[in-house]
Amino acid sequence: MADDRMKQVGAFLARQGILVAFLLFMIGFALANHRFIAIDNVLGVIRSSAILGVMALGVTFVVISGNLDLSVGSMMSFSTIVVLDLHDKLGPALAIPAMFAMTLALGALIGFLVGYLRLNSLIVTLGMLSAIHGLTLTYSGGKNMDIADKAGTWFGGIGRGSVLGIPGPILIFGLLALVLSVTLAKTPFGRKVYAVGGNGTAAIFSGIPRARVVFMTYIISSFCVATAGLLQASRSLGSQNTVGQGLELDVLAAVILGGASLLGGSGTVFKTVIGVLILGFIQNGLLLVGLEFYVQYVVTWVIIILAVWLDVAAKRGRILSPIA
Amino acid sequence: MSVHDQKPALRLEGIVKTFPGVRALDGVSFSVLPGEVHALMGENGAGKSTLMKVLGGLHQPNEGKIFMGDEPVVMGSPMDAKAKGVVFIHQELSLAEELSVAENIYLGELPRKSFGRVDWDRLYADSGAILKRLNCGFGPRTLVGDLSIANMQMVEIARALTVDAKAVIFDEPTASLTDAEKVVLFEVIADLRAQGVGIIYISHRMEEIFRISDRITVLRDGAYRGTLNTAETDEDEVTRLMIGRSLDMSRNAEHVETGDVALEVRGLSCGKLFQDVSFEVREGEVVGFYGLVGAGRTEIAETLFGLRTPSAGKILLKGKEVSIHSPMDAIAHGISLVPEDRKTQGLVLGMNCRDNITLPQVGDLTAGPFVSDGAEIAIFDQYRDRLDIKTPNWRQQVGNLSGGNQQKIVIGKWLSMHPEVLIVDEPTRGIDIGSKSEIHNLIRELAKSGYAVIVISSEMPEVMRVSDRVIAMYNGKLMRSFTADEVTEDNLVQAISGLSENGKVA
Repeated sequence: MADDRMKQVGAFLARQGILVAFLLFMIGFALANHRFIAIDNVLGVIRSSAILGVMALGVTFVVISGNLDLSVGSMMSFSTIVVLDLHDKLGPALAIPAMFAMTLALGALIGFLVGYLRLNSLIVTLGMLSAIHGLTLTYSGGKNMDIADKAGTWFGGIGRGSVLGIPGPILIFGLLALVLSVTLAKTPFGRKVYAVGGNGTAAIFSGIPRARVVFMTYIISSFCVATAGLLQASRSLGSQNTVGQGLELDVLAAVILGGASLLGGSGTVFKTVIGVLILGFIQNGLLLVGLEFYVQYVVTWVIIILAVWLDVAAKRGRILSPIA
Repeated sequence: MSVHDQKPALRLEGIVKTFPGVRALDGVSFSVLPGEVHALMGENGAGKSTLMKVLGGLHQPNEGKIFMGDEPVVMGSPMDAKAKGVVFIHQELSLAEELSVAENIYLGELPRKSFGRVDWDRLYADSGAILKRLNCGFGPRTLVGDLSIANMQMVEIARALTVDAKAVIFDEPTASLTDAEKVVLFEVIADLRAQGVGIIYISHRMEEIFRISDRITVLRDGAYRGTLNTAETDEDEVTRLMIGRSLDMSRNAEHVETGDVALEVRGLSCGKLFQDVSFEVREGEVVGFYGLVGAGRTEIAETLFGLRTPSAGKILLKGKEVSIHSPMDAIAHGISLVPEDRKTQGLVLGMNCRDNITLPQVGDLTAGPFVSDGAEIAIFDQYRDRLDIKTPNWRQQVGNLSGGNQQKIVIGKWLSMHPEVLIVDEPTRGIDIGSKSEIHNLIRELAKSGYAVIVISSEMPEVMRVSDRVIAMYNGKLMRSFTADEVTEDNLVQAISGLSENGKVA
């Protein structure tokens, strides 16, 4: 029956809605400008999305467990400034672990507040957004941070180098995505993250230590932020102390675009990667089409909302069928 | 009854509704007379809700007609159905708690004055009149959030009466009401009936159906099975129509050889919730806890499971004192709890069947650092077969299963932990009658195979059906303990009301 086939198409769209939307965008932009799908352009987009992407990987865990993390942007500024500053004071080999330790400490603080004290994650991370910004400004004395001897350090190799023709940031993004994807999909911890986000009460009634699981999601998130800060610092070897400002919304957009529910309990690392790529390719595509820079903000968000609508509508089955 | 020569207020004829692959309704006919309470019964999945969705304009039938009086009508939408006088009182309340009773009653259709201003005087007068008709003890200006659940339901009913209702559908209206509140609801239904309104009453609860209905129509597997005059039938006949066989609700008469004491509780207290509770459960024994809501039964279970911290007393497992501070401790000591509310406490509804069953032990089902797919599926298969869980495959989201199958998933989840002590809180709440008896038999089997089982229930027939011993609770205290031979409805009711017989207090 034609009706059945429509249902099947509907069910397929419901599962893969965002992937379909992604393909439609790609085809549309590719038709508008052939350069869009050239290998160097594609690699360029992925590389410039990598920092956002690394942060989105961690936030995926937080969102699936049913919480938010709005502090990642300002935390990334912090990591970047700290590692640049310590680079000249301690040398890169010590600066990197020291920066990771400090960033993880911030993640642990958030994890403690949200996980163990059960404070609302929106409030806590919004507060941390601003508190960490203040911390960064205090730390840097409000100045920009630069590595003194840019030519004489191997530090830049992480963000600027490449292995077998694959740029460093893409490699790290890919590797981290793989590890975290397997962690989420295949380990007991990953299962517990879904359970806590899907139904926290039922998780507790099943003997799952909810507080510890939530705590760990913020540790993972801050680890990803530290990695992003490292990439950012290494690529630019100098930075303003507002480098990550506003990224938290792009990160959240990528995670939601990927189809993770803000209510928790659903989403995957792979889908987040797709969300990150959509975001990157939209911005790149608009640039190639020749849209004025400021207009891009508007168009980007119009497209994001359209994509999410398509996804939600397909899940509800409302586009193709009148019955919910 | 004189209503029989009247014209139906509402008549559905030969309704067929198909979904891809399913014939959800197969030529169902149903009518309700003015001033009649007509019960609609059937197991979950029998087609009751689909039929009501057709009536309410949410689904359009593939075949068949709906008549109001003599007029054939088409229900285009829920609004359309309401405008034609068919009103639904849903199980789940849909009220705006921050608004007043009057605003809720006329939500979306507030009376207006010029420039779109709300006509508050008329609003309060009109809603006040409706509340008076329902004998409500609160006024139109009361904030809905301040009302009890039962009174909120009255507001839902009041909402139905803003139109000239010809037929009112009550869907499981007593699910969250106390006995006293039920009495009030039944009075309201009787009033509506006296005013000539046709009532369709959907419920799983036999005693209610027999108390208030005039006729009973039974659906099974989407088909019409028959209509009975309530006065001329009994529970057994209705059950046979519903599930195709009789149901064993007899009392437990087995005498199982019990083993060692598995669990002993001495002087356990938890603040004001319960005090000085002592009892023991042996291997192979089912101990039933019976009492009113708030008597402290669930709280004892939660304390044993590490969800509450006792203020005094001891818990001994196999003679050894244990301290339990979290569900993790309880699980490690071999205590399992099938909680009272399966949707909020028992299951992650968005997860699949397999993952729900293995959730408490997922940390142990590993191959290297990863969860072992094979081990998980083996456990799922084992308990699907043992408990006869009906699901297409393990990937099915638990939220899509029927209540009975959901409950079996929760039970399977805890059986797969091989507990020493299994606590089951309200084992059959909200599940249909066929699954109910399956779960009762299962509990008996578990005892026979050596489990120590505690069953907490608010349904007396259930407690008497499954228990070897019944403990009656009142107001946080153990009142009496009965063996299966001693227990009767009378002495049980006495014990849970705080009356002791002959001064004997257990």
